[in-house]
Amino acid sequence: MKEFVLIFRVNGNSDVKPSPEQMQERMNWMAGIAAQNKLVDKGNSLSPVSAKTVKPGNVVTDGPYTEIKEFIAGYIIVKTATIDEAVELAKANPIFKTGGNIEVREVIKRD
Amino acid sequence: MAAQGNSYRELLPHLFRLEYSKMTAVLCRHFGLQHIEVAEDIASETFLRATEVWGIDGIPENPTAWLYTVAKNKTKDYLKHVTVFETQVKDKIKPDTLTTEEDFDFTQQAITDSQLAMIFAVCNPANVAEAQICLALQILCGFSLQEIADAFLTKTETIKKRLHRARVNLRNDTFQIRLPDEESIRSRLDAVLSTLYLLFNEGYFSRSNNHLVRKDLCSEAIRLAVVLTGSPLTNTTQVNALLALMCYQSSRLNARANDEGEVILFEQQDKSLWSQPLIDKGNYYLVNACSGNEISRYHLEAGIAYWHTTPADASKWQHILQLYNQLIIMAYSPVTALNRTFAFAKVYGNEKGIMEAEKLGLSGITYYHSLLGYLYADTNAEKAIAHYTQAIHLTKSASEKRTLTKEIERLRRAFPSPGSGCDQLVV
Repeated sequence: MKEFVLIFRVNGNSDVKPSPEQMQERMNWMAGIAAQNKLVDKGNSLSPVSAKTVKPGNVVTDGPYTEIKEFIAGYIIVKTATIDEAVELAKANPIFKTGGNIEVREVIKRD
Repeated sequence: MAAQGNSYRELLPHLFRLEYSKMTAVLCRHFGLQHIEVAEDIASETFLRATEVWGIDGIPENPTAWLYTVAKNKTKDYLKHVTVFETQVKDKIKPDTLTTEEDFDFTQQAITDSQLAMIFAVCNPANVAEAQICLALQILCGFSLQEIADAFLTKTETIKKRLHRARVNLRNDTFQIRLPDEESIRSRLDAVLSTLYLLFNEGYFSRSNNHLVRKDLCSEAIRLAVVLTGSPLTNTTQVNALLALMCYQSSRLNARANDEGEVILFEQQDKSLWSQPLIDKGNYYLVNACSGNEISRYHLEAGIAYWHTTPADASKWQHILQLYNQLIIMAYSPVTALNRTFAFAKVYGNEKGIMEAEKLGLSGITYYHSLLGYLYADTNAEKAIAHYTQAIHLTKSASEKRTLTKEIERLRRAFPSPGSGCDQLVV
Protein backbone atom coordinates (compact mmCIF):
# COMPACT_ATOMS: atom_id res chain seq x y z
CA MET A 1 0.00 0.00 0.00
CA LYS A 2 1.17 3.51 -0.84
CA GLU A 3 0.15 6.69 0.90
CA PHE A 4 -1.28 9.67 -0.93
CA VAL A 5 -2.04 13.16 0.30
CA LEU A 6 -5.27 14.61 -1.08
CA ILE A 7 -4.94 18.41 -1.09
CA PHE A 8 -8.17 20.39 -1.30
CA ARG A 9 -8.19 23.69 -3.17
CA VAL A 10 -11.13 26.06 -3.16
CA ASN A 11 -11.90 29.36 -4.81
CA GLY A 12 -10.97 32.50 -2.94
CA ASN A 13 -14.52 33.80 -2.92
CA SER A 14 -16.01 30.63 -1.44
CA ASP A 15 -14.92 31.24 2.14
CA VAL A 16 -18.52 31.22 3.31
CA LYS A 17 -19.29 28.74 6.07
CA PRO A 18 -20.35 25.35 4.73
CA SER A 19 -23.99 24.41 5.30
CA PRO A 20 -24.86 21.49 7.61
CA GLU A 21 -25.74 19.46 4.51
CA GLN A 22 -22.33 20.17 2.98
CA MET A 23 -20.63 19.21 6.23
CA GLN A 24 -22.63 15.99 6.31
CA GLU A 25 -21.65 15.20 2.71
CA ARG A 26 -17.96 15.73 3.49
CA MET A 27 -18.18 13.54 6.57
CA ASN A 28 -19.94 10.82 4.59
CA TRP A 29 -17.18 10.96 2.00
CA MET A 30 -14.36 10.71 4.51
CA ALA A 31 -16.11 8.03 6.58
CA GLY A 32 -16.71 6.09 3.35
CA ILE A 33 -12.93 6.02 2.81
CA ALA A 34 -12.37 5.05 6.45
CA ALA A 35 -14.94 2.25 6.08
CA GLN A 36 -12.74 0.77 3.33
CA ASN A 37 -9.83 0.97 5.77
CA LYS A 38 -8.05 3.37 3.44
CA LEU A 39 -7.84 6.42 5.70
CA VAL A 40 -4.37 7.03 7.15
CA ASP A 41 -4.89 10.50 8.62
CA LYS A 42 -8.05 12.56 8.71
CA GLY A 43 -5.85 15.61 8.23
CA ASN A 44 -6.88 19.14 9.09
CA SER A 45 -8.55 22.20 7.70
CA LEU A 46 -6.30 25.17 7.10
CA SER A 47 -7.57 28.58 8.16
CA PRO A 48 -8.15 31.00 5.26
CA VAL A 49 -8.13 33.95 7.68
CA SER A 50 -5.26 33.36 10.08
CA ALA A 51 -2.76 33.06 7.24
CA LYS A 52 0.40 34.82 6.08
CA THR A 53 2.73 34.18 3.20
CA VAL A 54 6.43 34.73 3.70
CA LYS A 55 8.48 35.64 0.59
CA PRO A 56 12.14 36.38 -0.08
CA GLY A 57 13.49 39.68 1.17
CA ASN A 58 11.45 39.77 4.39
CA VAL A 59 8.25 40.27 2.47
CA VAL A 60 5.23 39.06 4.44
CA THR A 61 1.76 39.30 2.96
CA ASP A 62 -1.60 38.69 4.60
CA GLY A 63 -3.59 35.65 3.57
CA PRO A 64 -2.76 32.23 2.19
CA TYR A 65 -0.62 31.66 -0.87
CA THR A 66 -2.93 31.89 -3.86
CA GLU A 67 -2.49 30.85 -7.43
CA ILE A 68 -5.04 32.88 -9.39
CA LYS A 69 -7.92 32.79 -6.84
CA GLU A 70 -7.40 29.35 -5.35
CA PHE A 71 -6.02 28.50 -1.93
CA ILE A 72 -5.42 25.27 -0.04
CA ALA A 73 -8.26 24.58 2.39
CA GLY A 74 -7.14 21.29 3.90
CA TYR A 75 -5.80 17.81 3.33
CA ILE A 76 -6.20 14.16 4.27
CA ILE A 77 -3.93 11.14 3.78
CA VAL A 78 -5.20 7.88 2.28
CA LYS A 79 -3.58 4.51 1.53
CA THR A 80 -4.26 2.66 -1.71
CA ALA A 81 -2.43 0.24 -3.97
CA THR A 82 -2.14 2.70 -6.87
CA ILE A 83 -2.48 6.42 -7.53
CA ASP A 84 -5.45 5.66 -9.79
CA GLU A 85 -7.29 4.18 -6.85
CA ALA A 86 -6.58 7.30 -4.80
CA VAL A 87 -7.90 9.39 -7.70
CA GLU A 88 -11.10 7.31 -7.69
CA LEU A 89 -11.58 8.07 -3.99
CA ALA A 90 -11.03 11.78 -4.66
CA LYS A 91 -13.57 11.85 -7.50
CA ALA A 92 -16.46 11.21 -5.08
CA ASN A 93 -15.68 14.29 -2.96
CA PRO A 94 -18.43 16.96 -2.94
CA ILE A 95 -15.81 19.73 -3.37
CA PHE A 96 -16.34 19.75 -7.14
CA LYS A 97 -19.92 21.00 -6.70
CA THR A 98 -18.54 24.29 -5.38
CA GLY A 99 -15.78 24.73 -7.94
CA GLY A 100 -12.92 23.34 -5.88
CA ASN A 101 -10.33 20.76 -6.93
CA ILE A 102 -8.18 18.05 -5.39
CA GLU A 103 -4.49 17.44 -5.94
CA VAL A 104 -3.33 13.84 -5.36
CA ARG A 105 0.33 13.41 -4.36
CA GLU A 106 2.17 10.24 -3.38
CA VAL A 107 3.98 10.50 -0.05
CA ILE A 108 7.69 9.81 -0.36
CA LYS A 109 8.88 8.72 3.05
CA ARG A 110 12.23 10.01 4.25
CA ASP A 111 14.44 7.24 5.62
CA MET B 1 -33.84 -15.11 60.98
CA ALA B 2 -34.08 -18.86 61.22
CA ALA B 3 -32.02 -20.51 58.52
CA GLN B 4 -33.38 -23.30 56.39
CA GLY B 5 -31.09 -26.30 56.45
CA ASN B 6 -31.42 -27.24 52.82
CA SER B 7 -31.42 -23.85 51.08
CA TYR B 8 -27.65 -23.38 51.46
CA ARG B 9 -27.30 -25.14 48.13
CA GLU B 10 -29.02 -22.21 46.48
CA LEU B 11 -27.37 -19.52 48.57
CA LEU B 12 -23.77 -20.69 48.27
CA PRO B 13 -23.29 -20.42 44.51
CA HIS B 14 -24.75 -16.92 44.70
CA LEU B 15 -22.43 -15.91 47.55
CA PHE B 16 -19.52 -17.54 45.78
CA ARG B 17 -20.05 -15.42 42.69
CA LEU B 18 -20.45 -12.33 44.86
CA GLU B 19 -17.69 -12.78 47.45
CA TYR B 20 -15.03 -15.13 46.09
CA SER B 21 -13.34 -12.54 43.88
CA LYS B 22 -13.55 -9.85 46.57
CA MET B 23 -11.97 -12.18 49.10
CA THR B 24 -9.21 -13.13 46.69
CA ALA B 25 -8.56 -9.48 45.88
CA VAL B 26 -8.17 -8.49 49.55
CA LEU B 27 -5.93 -11.48 50.29
CA CYS B 28 -3.89 -10.95 47.15
CA ARG B 29 -3.24 -7.39 48.12
CA HIS B 30 -1.62 -8.74 51.24
CA PHE B 31 0.33 -11.63 49.73
CA GLY B 32 1.31 -9.95 46.50
CA LEU B 33 0.44 -10.95 42.99
CA GLN B 34 3.22 -13.57 42.96
CA HIS B 35 1.24 -15.59 45.47
CA ILE B 36 -2.19 -15.27 43.95
CA GLU B 37 -2.62 -19.05 44.17
CA VAL B 38 -2.33 -18.89 47.97
CA ALA B 39 -5.06 -16.27 48.09
CA GLU B 40 -7.27 -18.34 45.80
CA ASP B 41 -6.65 -21.49 47.85
CA ILE B 42 -7.71 -19.78 51.04
CA ALA B 43 -10.84 -18.38 49.39
CA SER B 44 -11.70 -21.79 47.91
CA GLU B 45 -11.13 -23.59 51.22
CA THR B 46 -13.39 -21.05 52.91
CA PHE B 47 -16.25 -21.92 50.58
CA LEU B 48 -15.52 -25.62 50.90
CA ARG B 49 -15.79 -25.23 54.69
CA ALA B 50 -19.13 -23.46 54.21
CA THR B 51 -20.57 -26.37 52.22
CA GLU B 52 -19.50 -28.77 54.96
CA VAL B 53 -20.72 -26.74 57.93
CA TRP B 54 -23.86 -25.17 56.49
CA GLY B 55 -25.09 -28.52 55.24
CA ILE B 56 -25.17 -29.77 58.83
CA ASP B 57 -25.74 -26.68 60.98
CA GLY B 58 -27.81 -24.64 58.53
CA ILE B 59 -27.05 -21.19 57.21
CA PRO B 60 -25.56 -18.84 59.83
CA GLU B 61 -27.23 -15.55 60.79
CA ASN B 62 -24.92 -13.47 58.64
CA PRO B 63 -23.49 -15.73 55.92
CA THR B 64 -21.13 -13.12 54.46
CA ALA B 65 -19.62 -12.25 57.85
CA TRP B 66 -19.24 -15.97 58.54
CA LEU B 67 -17.28 -16.41 55.32
CA TYR B 68 -14.94 -13.51 56.05
CA THR B 69 -14.29 -14.70 59.61
CA VAL B 70 -13.34 -18.14 58.33
CA ALA B 71 -11.15 -16.60 55.61
CA LYS B 72 -9.45 -14.43 58.21
CA ASN B 73 -8.72 -17.43 60.46
CA LYS B 74 -7.49 -19.55 57.59
CA THR B 75 -5.12 -16.77 56.57
CA LYS B 76 -3.76 -16.50 60.10
CA ASP B 77 -3.27 -20.27 60.20
CA TYR B 78 -1.47 -20.14 56.91
CA LEU B 79 0.83 -17.32 58.01
CA LYS B 80 1.57 -19.07 61.28
CA HIS B 81 2.44 -22.19 59.38
CA VAL B 82 4.67 -20.29 56.99
CA THR B 83 6.35 -18.47 59.86
CA VAL B 84 7.04 -21.73 61.66
CA PHE B 85 8.43 -23.12 58.46
CA GLU B 86 10.56 -20.07 57.86
CA THR B 87 11.91 -19.81 61.41
CA GLN B 88 12.41 -23.44 62.36
CA VAL B 89 12.94 -25.23 59.11
CA LYS B 90 14.71 -22.60 57.04
CA ASP B 91 15.91 -20.65 60.08
CA LYS B 92 15.13 -17.37 58.49
CA ILE B 93 12.68 -14.69 59.50
CA LYS B 94 11.25 -11.99 57.33
CA PRO B 95 9.22 -9.98 59.80
CA ASP B 96 8.45 -7.31 57.21
CA THR B 97 6.52 -9.54 54.92
CA LEU B 98 5.20 -12.19 57.26
CA THR B 99 3.30 -11.32 60.35
CA THR B 100 0.66 -13.12 62.31
CA GLU B 101 -0.30 -10.04 64.26
CA GLU B 102 -1.97 -8.21 61.47
CA ASP B 103 -5.71 -8.23 61.47
CA PHE B 104 -7.23 -8.69 58.06
CA ASP B 105 -9.10 -5.74 56.83
CA PHE B 106 -12.29 -6.96 55.20
CA THR B 107 -14.12 -3.64 55.51
CA GLN B 108 -16.13 -2.31 52.61
CA GLN B 109 -13.48 0.30 51.78
CA ALA B 110 -10.68 -2.27 51.82
CA ILE B 111 -12.69 -4.55 49.56
CA THR B 112 -13.38 -1.77 47.08
CA ASP B 113 -9.75 -0.66 47.02
CA SER B 114 -8.50 -4.22 46.64
CA GLN B 115 -10.94 -4.95 43.84
CA LEU B 116 -9.86 -1.81 42.04
CA ALA B 117 -6.22 -2.77 42.40
CA MET B 118 -7.00 -6.29 41.22
CA ILE B 119 -8.82 -5.04 38.13
CA PHE B 120 -5.75 -3.02 37.20
CA ALA B 121 -3.45 -5.97 37.81
CA VAL B 122 -5.49 -8.42 35.75
CA CYS B 123 -6.12 -6.16 32.77
CA ASN B 124 -2.51 -6.46 31.83
CA PRO B 125 -1.43 -5.57 28.30
CA ALA B 126 1.26 -8.28 28.56
CA ASN B 127 -1.54 -10.76 27.83
CA VAL B 128 -3.47 -10.92 24.56
CA ALA B 129 -7.07 -9.72 24.73
CA GLU B 130 -8.64 -13.18 24.88
CA ALA B 131 -6.37 -14.26 27.73
CA GLN B 132 -7.13 -11.06 29.61
CA ILE B 133 -10.84 -11.82 29.43
CA CYS B 134 -10.30 -15.39 30.64
CA LEU B 135 -8.23 -14.11 33.56
CA ALA B 136 -10.80 -11.44 34.37
CA LEU B 137 -13.54 -14.07 34.37
CA GLN B 138 -11.60 -16.37 36.64
CA ILE B 139 -9.99 -13.93 39.05
CA LEU B 140 -12.36 -10.96 39.05
CA CYS B 141 -15.64 -12.76 38.50
CA GLY B 142 -15.06 -16.17 40.10
CA PHE B 143 -16.05 -18.17 37.02
CA SER B 144 -15.15 -21.85 36.93
CA LEU B 145 -13.09 -23.36 34.11
CA GLN B 146 -16.24 -25.00 32.78
CA GLU B 147 -18.15 -21.73 32.76
CA ILE B 148 -15.35 -19.92 30.93
CA ALA B 149 -15.12 -22.77 28.43
CA ASP B 150 -18.90 -22.51 27.88
CA ALA B 151 -18.65 -18.79 27.27
CA PHE B 152 -15.93 -19.27 24.65
CA LEU B 153 -17.36 -22.51 23.23
CA THR B 154 -13.98 -24.12 23.86
CA LYS B 155 -12.70 -27.19 25.66
CA THR B 156 -11.81 -26.67 29.32
CA GLU B 157 -8.33 -27.99 28.48
CA THR B 158 -7.75 -25.07 26.09
CA ILE B 159 -8.92 -22.56 28.66
CA LYS B 160 -6.69 -24.18 31.27
CA LYS B 161 -3.63 -23.74 29.05
CA ARG B 162 -4.58 -20.20 28.15
CA LEU B 163 -5.02 -19.29 31.82
CA HIS B 164 -1.74 -20.92 32.79
CA ARG B 165 0.21 -18.85 30.28
CA ALA B 166 -1.62 -15.70 31.30
CA ARG B 167 -0.90 -16.30 34.97
CA VAL B 168 2.80 -16.73 34.29
CA ASN B 169 2.80 -13.36 32.55
CA LEU B 170 0.85 -11.87 35.42
CA ARG B 171 3.36 -13.07 38.01
CA ASN B 172 6.32 -11.86 35.98
CA ASP B 173 4.84 -8.41 35.65
CA THR B 174 6.30 -5.82 37.95
CA PHE B 175 2.89 -4.26 38.49
CA GLN B 176 2.24 -3.90 42.21
CA ILE B 177 -1.02 -5.12 43.62
CA ARG B 178 -1.87 -2.10 45.67
CA LEU B 179 -4.04 0.81 44.80
CA PRO B 180 -2.22 2.14 41.76
CA ASP B 181 -1.00 5.69 41.78
CA GLU B 182 -2.39 8.27 39.40
CA GLU B 183 0.40 7.75 36.90
CA SER B 184 -0.07 4.00 36.44
CA ILE B 185 -3.84 4.44 36.45
CA ARG B 186 -3.62 6.79 33.53
CA SER B 187 -1.35 4.49 31.58
CA ARG B 188 -3.43 1.39 32.20
CA LEU B 189 -7.00 2.67 32.27
CA ASP B 190 -7.30 2.22 28.49
CA ALA B 191 -6.34 -1.45 28.80
CA VAL B 192 -8.77 -1.90 31.69
CA LEU B 193 -11.63 -0.35 29.75
CA SER B 194 -10.98 -2.37 26.64
CA THR B 195 -10.94 -5.60 28.69
CA LEU B 196 -14.27 -4.70 30.28
CA TYR B 197 -15.61 -3.76 26.85
CA LEU B 198 -14.53 -7.13 25.42
CA LEU B 199 -15.89 -8.96 28.45
CA PHE B 200 -19.24 -7.31 27.91
CA ASN B 201 -19.24 -8.02 24.17
CA GLU B 202 -18.29 -11.63 24.83
CA GLY B 203 -21.58 -11.84 26.71
CA TYR B 204 -23.66 -9.67 24.43
CA PHE B 205 -22.55 -11.22 21.14
CA SER B 206 -21.63 -14.53 22.75
CA ARG B 207 -20.91 -17.61 20.72
CA SER B 208 -22.54 -19.52 23.53
CA ASN B 209 -26.22 -20.33 23.35
CA ASN B 210 -26.42 -20.45 27.11
CA HIS B 211 -28.50 -17.39 27.85
CA LEU B 212 -27.60 -17.38 31.54
CA VAL B 213 -23.85 -17.40 30.91
CA ARG B 214 -24.30 -14.49 28.52
CA LYS B 215 -26.26 -12.44 31.03
CA ASP B 216 -23.67 -13.17 33.70
CA LEU B 217 -20.84 -11.92 31.49
CA CYS B 218 -22.70 -8.68 30.80
CA SER B 219 -23.63 -8.02 34.41
CA GLU B 220 -20.10 -8.81 35.60
CA ALA B 221 -18.66 -6.28 33.13
CA ILE B 222 -21.10 -3.70 34.46
CA ARG B 223 -20.30 -4.56 38.07
CA LEU B 224 -16.56 -4.08 37.48
CA ALA B 225 -17.11 -0.79 35.64
CA VAL B 226 -19.23 0.40 38.57
CA VAL B 227 -16.28 -0.41 40.86
CA LEU B 228 -14.22 1.98 38.70
CA THR B 229 -16.74 4.78 39.23
CA GLY B 230 -16.36 4.28 42.99
CA SER B 231 -12.95 5.94 43.09
CA PRO B 232 -12.34 9.56 42.08
CA LEU B 233 -9.11 8.40 40.40
CA THR B 234 -10.92 6.16 37.95
CA ASN B 235 -14.33 7.82 37.70
CA THR B 236 -13.46 9.34 34.32
CA THR B 237 -15.85 10.41 31.57
CA GLN B 238 -14.67 7.42 29.49
CA VAL B 239 -15.66 4.97 32.23
CA ASN B 240 -19.08 6.61 32.44
CA ALA B 241 -19.47 6.45 28.67
CA LEU B 242 -18.61 2.75 28.68
CA LEU B 243 -21.11 2.15 31.49
CA ALA B 244 -23.80 4.03 29.59
CA LEU B 245 -23.11 1.87 26.54
CA MET B 246 -23.31 -1.34 28.57
CA CYS B 247 -26.54 -0.29 30.29
CA TYR B 248 -28.25 0.59 27.00
CA GLN B 249 -27.17 -2.68 25.39
CA SER B 250 -28.19 -4.72 28.43
CA SER B 251 -31.64 -3.14 28.38
CA ARG B 252 -32.33 -5.22 25.24
CA LEU B 253 -30.85 -8.52 26.46
CA ASN B 254 -34.23 -10.11 27.13
CA ALA B 255 -35.62 -9.02 23.77
CA ARG B 256 -32.61 -10.14 21.72
CA ALA B 257 -33.05 -13.89 21.80
CA ASN B 258 -36.02 -16.21 21.59
CA ASP B 259 -36.49 -19.36 23.64
CA GLU B 260 -34.34 -21.34 21.20
CA GLY B 261 -31.48 -18.90 21.66
CA GLU B 262 -31.88 -17.46 18.16
CA VAL B 263 -30.96 -13.82 17.78
CA ILE B 264 -33.94 -11.56 17.13
CA LEU B 265 -33.03 -8.66 14.88
CA PHE B 266 -33.44 -5.18 16.28
CA GLU B 267 -36.45 -4.28 14.17
CA GLN B 268 -38.35 -7.42 15.14
CA GLN B 269 -37.75 -7.13 18.89
CA ASP B 270 -40.65 -6.87 21.29
CA LYS B 271 -39.92 -3.43 22.73
CA SER B 272 -42.03 -4.13 25.82
CA LEU B 273 -39.24 -6.53 26.86
CA TRP B 274 -36.70 -3.70 26.94
CA SER B 275 -35.71 -2.77 30.49
CA GLN B 276 -36.60 0.84 31.27
CA PRO B 277 -34.58 0.93 34.54
CA LEU B 278 -31.44 0.03 32.58
CA ILE B 279 -32.21 2.65 29.92
CA ASP B 280 -32.59 5.21 32.74
CA LYS B 281 -29.24 4.14 34.17
CA GLY B 282 -27.70 4.49 30.72
CA ASN B 283 -29.05 8.04 30.50
CA TYR B 284 -27.60 8.80 33.94
CA TYR B 285 -24.11 7.62 32.99
CA LEU B 286 -24.25 9.28 29.58
CA VAL B 287 -24.95 12.64 31.22
CA ASN B 288 -21.93 12.05 33.50
CA ALA B 289 -19.83 11.07 30.50
CA CYS B 290 -20.57 14.36 28.76
CA SER B 291 -19.27 16.53 31.62
CA GLY B 292 -15.90 17.00 29.91
CA ASN B 293 -14.67 17.81 26.43
CA GLU B 294 -13.27 14.38 25.72
CA ILE B 295 -14.91 12.20 23.08
CA SER B 296 -13.81 8.57 23.13
CA ARG B 297 -15.06 5.64 21.10
CA TYR B 298 -17.18 4.71 24.12
CA HIS B 299 -18.89 8.09 23.95
CA LEU B 300 -19.72 7.54 20.29
CA GLU B 301 -20.93 3.99 20.83
CA ALA B 302 -22.99 5.02 23.85
CA GLY B 303 -24.52 7.78 21.71
CA ILE B 304 -25.47 5.24 19.05
CA ALA B 305 -26.91 2.89 21.66
CA TYR B 306 -28.88 5.82 23.10
CA TRP B 307 -30.51 6.54 19.74
CA HIS B 308 -31.45 2.87 19.43
CA THR B 309 -33.53 3.20 22.59
CA THR B 310 -35.58 6.06 21.12
CA PRO B 311 -38.63 5.58 18.90
CA ALA B 312 -38.01 5.92 15.17
CA ASP B 313 -38.38 9.43 13.82
CA ALA B 314 -37.09 11.15 10.71
CA SER B 315 -33.80 12.29 12.24
CA LYS B 316 -32.90 9.18 14.23
CA TRP B 317 -30.84 7.44 11.56
CA GLN B 318 -29.18 10.72 10.56
CA HIS B 319 -27.83 11.01 14.10
CA ILE B 320 -26.75 7.37 14.15
CA LEU B 321 -24.96 7.74 10.81
CA GLN B 322 -23.09 10.84 11.99
CA LEU B 323 -21.91 9.00 15.10
CA TYR B 324 -20.82 6.00 13.01
CA ASN B 325 -18.99 8.37 10.66
CA GLN B 326 -16.99 9.75 13.58
CA LEU B 327 -16.41 6.27 14.98
CA ILE B 328 -15.07 4.79 11.74
CA ILE B 329 -12.78 7.79 11.21
CA MET B 330 -11.48 7.37 14.78
CA ALA B 331 -10.85 3.62 14.56
CA TYR B 332 -11.44 1.14 11.74
CA SER B 333 -13.07 -2.18 12.38
CA PRO B 334 -15.01 -4.36 9.92
CA VAL B 335 -18.06 -4.44 12.20
CA THR B 336 -18.13 -0.65 12.51
CA ALA B 337 -17.75 -0.35 8.73
CA LEU B 338 -20.72 -2.67 8.17
CA ASN B 339 -22.89 -1.07 10.86
CA ARG B 340 -22.14 2.34 9.38
CA THR B 341 -23.24 1.07 5.98
CA PHE B 342 -26.51 -0.18 7.46
CA ALA B 343 -27.14 3.31 8.92
CA PHE B 344 -26.13 4.87 5.58
CA ALA B 345 -28.73 2.73 3.80
CA LYS B 346 -31.35 3.77 6.36
CA VAL B 347 -30.70 7.42 5.52
CA TYR B 348 -30.02 7.32 1.78
CA GLY B 349 -31.89 4.19 0.72
CA ASN B 350 -30.89 0.60 -0.04
CA GLU B 351 -29.58 1.31 -3.54
CA LYS B 352 -26.93 3.76 -2.31
CA GLY B 353 -26.34 1.49 0.66
CA ILE B 354 -25.48 -1.38 -1.69
CA MET B 355 -22.97 0.79 -3.58
CA GLU B 356 -21.36 1.77 -0.28
CA ALA B 357 -21.33 -1.83 0.98
CA GLU B 358 -19.77 -3.32 -2.14
CA LYS B 359 -16.76 -1.00 -1.78
CA LEU B 360 -15.89 -2.44 1.64
CA GLY B 361 -14.00 -5.51 0.44
CA LEU B 362 -15.23 -7.67 3.32
CA SER B 363 -16.49 -10.66 1.35
CA GLY B 364 -14.92 -13.09 3.84
CA ILE B 365 -17.22 -11.95 6.63
CA THR B 366 -20.67 -13.40 7.39
CA TYR B 367 -22.21 -10.06 8.31
CA TYR B 368 -21.10 -8.51 4.99
CA HIS B 369 -23.25 -11.05 3.11
CA SER B 370 -26.21 -10.96 5.48
CA LEU B 371 -26.18 -7.15 5.20
CA LEU B 372 -26.12 -7.28 1.39
CA GLY B 373 -28.81 -9.96 1.49
CA TYR B 374 -30.95 -7.60 3.55
CA LEU B 375 -30.26 -4.62 1.25
CA TYR B 376 -31.07 -6.60 -1.91
CA ALA B 377 -34.14 -8.34 -0.46
CA ASP B 378 -36.72 -5.83 -1.75
CA THR B 379 -35.34 -5.32 -5.25
CA ASN B 380 -33.36 -8.38 -6.29
CA ALA B 381 -34.41 -11.60 -4.56
CA GLU B 382 -31.95 -13.68 -6.55
CA LYS B 383 -28.95 -11.65 -5.41
CA ALA B 384 -30.33 -11.49 -1.89
CA ILE B 385 -30.59 -15.29 -1.74
CA ALA B 386 -27.07 -15.66 -3.15
CA HIS B 387 -25.66 -13.43 -0.40
CA TYR B 388 -27.68 -15.13 2.33
CA THR B 389 -26.42 -18.50 1.07
CA GLN B 390 -22.86 -17.21 1.22
CA ALA B 391 -23.48 -16.00 4.79
CA ILE B 392 -24.76 -19.45 5.78
CA HIS B 393 -21.57 -20.97 4.39
CA LEU B 394 -19.42 -18.61 6.42
CA THR B 395 -21.12 -18.58 9.81
CA LYS B 396 -20.32 -21.12 12.51
CA SER B 397 -23.36 -20.25 14.57
CA ALA B 398 -26.18 -22.77 14.26
CA SER B 399 -28.83 -20.27 15.29
CA GLU B 400 -27.62 -17.75 12.69
CA LYS B 401 -27.81 -20.47 10.02
CA ARG B 402 -31.43 -21.10 11.02
CA THR B 403 -32.32 -17.40 10.97
CA LEU B 404 -30.75 -16.94 7.52
CA THR B 405 -32.37 -20.09 6.14
CA LYS B 406 -35.77 -18.84 7.27
CA GLU B 407 -35.11 -15.57 5.44
CA ILE B 408 -34.21 -17.42 2.23
CA GLU B 409 -37.38 -19.52 2.48
CA ARG B 410 -39.41 -16.34 2.95
CA LEU B 411 -37.82 -14.80 -0.17
CA ARG B 412 -38.42 -17.99 -2.20
CA ARG B 413 -42.10 -17.90 -1.28
CA ALA B 414 -42.42 -14.19 -2.04
CA PHE B 415 -40.51 -14.32 -5.36
CA PRO B 416 -40.88 -17.81 -6.84
CA SER B 417 -38.64 -18.03 -9.89
CA PRO B 418 -38.95 -20.76 -12.55
CA GLY B 419 -35.30 -21.82 -12.41
CA SER B 420 -34.89 -21.76 -8.67
CA GLY B 421 -34.36 -25.50 -8.37
CA CYS B 422 -30.74 -25.26 -9.46
CA ASP B 423 -29.21 -23.34 -6.58
CA GLN B 424 -29.12 -25.98 -3.90
CA LEU B 425 -28.83 -24.73 -0.39
CA VAL B 426 -26.13 -26.36 1.67
CA VAL B 427 -26.70 -25.97 5.40
